[in-house]
Amino acid sequence: MNRIEGRDKVTGHARYAYEYPADDVAYAYPVQSPVARGTITSFDALGALAMPGVIAVLSSAEPPELGPDASPELALFQGREVAYHGQIVAAIVAETLEAARAAEKELRISYQAEPHDVRLRPDHPGLYAPDHVNPNFPTDTEQGDVTAGLAAAAFSVDATYTTPAMHNNPMEPHAAMAVWDSAGALTIYDSTQGPSADRDTIAQALGLPPERVRVVSPHVGGGFGSKGTTRPHAIVAALAARAACRPVKVALTRQQMFDVTGYRTPTIQRLRLGADGDGRLTALVHDVVEQSSTLVEFAEQTATPSRVMYAAPALRTTHRLVRLDVPTPSWMRAPGECPGMFALESAIDELAIAAGLDPVELRIRNEPGTEPESGLPFSSRNLVGCLHEGARRFGWEHRDPRPGIRREGRWLIGTGVAASTYPARRRPSQATATVHNGGFVVRIAAADIGTGARTALTRIAAQALDTSADRVRVELGDSALPAASLAGGSMGTSSWGSAVVKACEAMRKDGQTGHADTTEDVNADGGFARHAFGAQFVEVRVDPLTGEVRVPRLLGVFAVGRVIDETLARSQLIGGMTMGLGMALMEETVMDEGSGSFLNHDLAQYHIAACADVQDIDAAWISEEDAHLNPMGAKGIGEIGIVGTAAAVANAVYHATGRRVRDLPITPAKLLD
Amino acid sequence: MRPFEYARARDTGDAVARFRAGTMYLGGGTNLVDLMRLGVAEPDYLVDVSRLGADQIEPSGDGLLIGAAVRNSDLAAHPLVREGYPMLARAVLAGASGQVRNMATVGGNLLQRTRCSYFQDVSKPCNKRQPGSGCPAISGDHHSLAILGHSAGLNEAAQCVATHPSDMAVALAALDALVHITGPDGSRVVVMPGLHRLPGDEPDRDTVLRPGDLITAVELPPPLPGRSTYRKVRERASFAFALVSLAAALDVNGDGTVRGCRLALGGVAHVPWRAARAERTLTGAPATAEEFTRAADAELAEAEPLPRNGYKVTLARNLIVATLQELLP
Amino acid sequence: MGEITLRVNGTPRSLNVDSRTSLLDLLREHLGLTGSKKGCDHGQCGACTVLIDGRRANSCLALAVAQDGCDVTTVEGLAGEETLHPLQAAFIERDAFQCGYCTPGQLCSAAGMLDEAGPSAVTEDLASDPALTAEEIRERMSGNLCRCGAYVNIVAAVSEVAAAGGRAASDTAAAGASR
Repeated sequence: MNRIEGRDKVTGHARYAYEYPADDVAYAYPVQSPVARGTITSFDALGALAMPGVIAVLSSAEPPELGPDASPELALFQGREVAYHGQIVAAIVAETLEAARAAEKELRISYQAEPHDVRLRPDHPGLYAPDHVNPNFPTDTEQGDVTAGLAAAAFSVDATYTTPAMHNNPMEPHAAMAVWDSAGALTIYDSTQGPSADRDTIAQALGLPPERVRVVSPHVGGGFGSKGTTRPHAIVAALAARAACRPVKVALTRQQMFDVTGYRTPTIQRLRLGADGDGRLTALVHDVVEQSSTLVEFAEQTATPSRVMYAAPALRTTHRLVRLDVPTPSWMRAPGECPGMFALESAIDELAIAAGLDPVELRIRNEPGTEPESGLPFSSRNLVGCLHEGARRFGWEHRDPRPGIRREGRWLIGTGVAASTYPARRRPSQATATVHNGGFVVRIAAADIGTGARTALTRIAAQALDTSADRVRVELGDSALPAASLAGGSMGTSSWGSAVVKACEAMRKDGQTGHADTTEDVNADGGFARHAFGAQFVEVRVDPLTGEVRVPRLLGVFAVGRVIDETLARSQLIGGMTMGLGMALMEETVMDEGSGSFLNHDLAQYHIAACADVQDIDAAWISEEDAHLNPMGAKGIGEIGIVGTAAAVANAVYHATGRRVRDLPITPAKLLD
Repeated sequence: MRPFEYARARDTGDAVARFRAGTMYLGGGTNLVDLMRLGVAEPDYLVDVSRLGADQIEPSGDGLLIGAAVRNSDLAAHPLVREGYPMLARAVLAGASGQVRNMATVGGNLLQRTRCSYFQDVSKPCNKRQPGSGCPAISGDHHSLAILGHSAGLNEAAQCVATHPSDMAVALAALDALVHITGPDGSRVVVMPGLHRLPGDEPDRDTVLRPGDLITAVELPPPLPGRSTYRKVRERASFAFALVSLAAALDVNGDGTVRGCRLALGGVAHVPWRAARAERTLTGAPATAEEFTRAADAELAEAEPLPRNGYKVTLARNLIVATLQELLP
Repeated sequence: MGEITLRVNGTPRSLNVDSRTSLLDLLREHLGLTGSKKGCDHGQCGACTVLIDGRRANSCLALAVAQDGCDVTTVEGLAGEETLHPLQAAFIERDAFQCGYCTPGQLCSAAGMLDEAGPSAVTEDLASDPALTAEEIRERMSGNLCRCGAYVNIVAAVSEVAAAGGRAASDTAAAGASR
């Protein structure tokens, strides 16, 4: 079975948020603050309003009415304080997009700028320990005596790794069209990873009961976390449509996305590892420094994989956060695990080199029996199986560990390995299943952001109903459907699939219709540590004279429970690894300290991997049965592919050149300096 | 974008006659429309010069005459260019993407503006965009900016460390290409790399063109003897501007000495940088790695790297030496 | 404003357009052809790629007013109403997309690319037109970014069509399989 919406997507008929037809539609263009911290002192919209085609200007000069509990990022035009460069301070509504944008120059806004502080540094006086890190993990953990463990070590590593700010950059810019009906109900076509939560958040921001808001989003052009929370463009659309008494469309420009749709926090991570003469860890310490904005506390769970990965009698993890005059960071594919595992898996490689052990073998020697931090049994854990299978497929066996000795023409060649992990969780969702025209209809407010959710849920429903997939129609992407959790945290298929199976079972009992709510089932999930694991093997070529790095081969082997759809799974895993390749070699958002703004805010300057960067990337999985997950026995696969890739590349670059790069991305500048 | 008037010119004379203050010539639009959308360029009159008939490539003596409206992709694909000027074909193919090359013209490629982040963002100061406003790149992010010929040492109102983004222009600089120009005062010819100028104290001026000047053609002298190529280094494997690039040609005598060579660097200066000092050092010297290194060092002795782009000096030197070695017969 | 006439997917269209309007916005906002996508609006992502007079181009960088007299093909016009272009069929079969937002641009770009002769930046020998190896396709398709990371499958799909001389998986098979 191919992707159900495949034909719609290849013919251009699949409609994304900005593409719905509406009579008499108007366009809104958000206006952003050019200062990183300060106050708006005056506001003059007369010139803009006099421009041809301009209908209205929204701003704090006349604060529009919002609900009392709008989140700080969505409470638009309510105050005059500016918290970061690029914050939305006004919006121009006009007959055409061209007219709305052109009027920006005629809008007179004065600011009292104040000195801004935008640089993350490990000795920042504002560092503090947040109450918890996302979503609800302890900020710090400690067990055993790390001082003694480090002191007793035969081999040790003490190194600091840094990862830059990175931006999700889904190909579809965040966009919405808002349509109010005569009774004051709002329909909003939005690019979102979760129509139910988006509806609730928009309703809360606008001070409406949720049933007065409907979010429609059958097709979403990627998100990678950035569409997991409601973004201000949706509120701009709603307010502009209310002011103009017409449907209004808003699409953020690529440049605007860098400021108001979240990003991965930069991190500074110190890893201290000690191991005995056999390479078994005596202590592991992972200390993380990261940032959030002054508006919202976003505390990424960067050190959490160190609580999961390896057996260490002494284990300490800490997170420290500083609130800077920067845009608010948010979720980006595998938040926590992705930057955290770059540091941990680089450090493990360094430890293996120090101990004179093969890095695969060192990992196997440190395999824990239970989850190190919690002591819980794993519902299933097959990291060792992934390492073995990956090593076999990749041809790791005869690897010479010496760095910098393999050459083909101008290229130095090296190979590297790193492990991957990501939690396997689920969230409460509802679904219905009904008999319809000799087939079945399954309804759930899930989101298909490119994961293939429509197709995977069709398969799951067909199996639960013991029927063929062509007799099942899945409806999703609409908040009018039974409420469901987000496409995020690799929880979509597990959460929605649980509800779909339950609804199908209820329908089979009823004979006509079934409704399911998995809240109780999910709340009863406990007693096990549930994680997916994987191992990534990579070959790199480095031109030592130019610092160019190319990746001819990248193989990931994963243990992700039962794979529901092999084609979709392979695409998702390879996609994650491809993003990981970009993270390793080119992705970096530069903070311009002078202006306090993200500087390289477009796709010519913020590089994501292009087709030419991707040669042989392959993903495979080993057979894994896990009865403690969900009715499908499946673990999420949307994120694990990116986890570990960058470390594997960095480890291979070391093997090729003898140079250890601890500061992503690995650019020619760093290899030549 | 502010409203503007649009007209399609019939021929060169018509285009130049239409020129008035606020006019810009529109070729493929791949950079101009981009800059207009950013608010960096604000013409009130666009004269479309993409259909003047200047879209032919034809022999001219022993060289080639290339119409200014020839699309980049057609230039690179032309048999006479591939055969006689591999350095130029490779430079053009190294730039942008297939679809951009289908749109972009030869004239427009020469006149594209720097991709310096500060220049492209109208919320920031920039002496090139707004003379006298300052150059935040010098204390900010300049990892991709100039190491040669910049004006960071001048007063704050004149400083500029921008680089010229074109690949094609680097090859044309190495080839001594002639740029044919027609303007309100008649026609003239400028020899590359003389079209472009260093920032000096007028960083807003990229070229020696005067108001109303229109590039009508580029003329290539006869093909160079020996071998030539173009190398471009960037961290993304394709569709990215150069960190450093090099157009190189080498002709070696039977006794192993250098009969002639051409070297031009991209990504290092406000202009496509003709490495004349390296060429002089090398001419007549043995074609060996030691001499290549000596030549590169001679050229780069005048480099003035900024705090975060010193790697470009190493990169340029390595690229010159490695590429010349590749070109040895 | 300016009066222009152009053919879009074979149909002549006469419109009065704002000189600032891009061909992309003309297609999406005025002609209801939303298959062509806006990903960056600066020619940096390729999602807006269409064929102008048969050649692939970034429609976001093309001013509509400058396209008077041109023939434009968008993803909606790559094949007939009921059929799929071989590239469209191959993209479905090879799962060469996820979110689908870059897909129309990838398809138009690939269609234009297959008709382009001449070397690319990775061609060793400039003298003859190279075969479309995977390496050649990767380079030639690098003007179309895909954030989902479907490049491996995109190259497989385009390679298949290139090897078949522009004709790959049969329309009917793909149409049936995609329901």
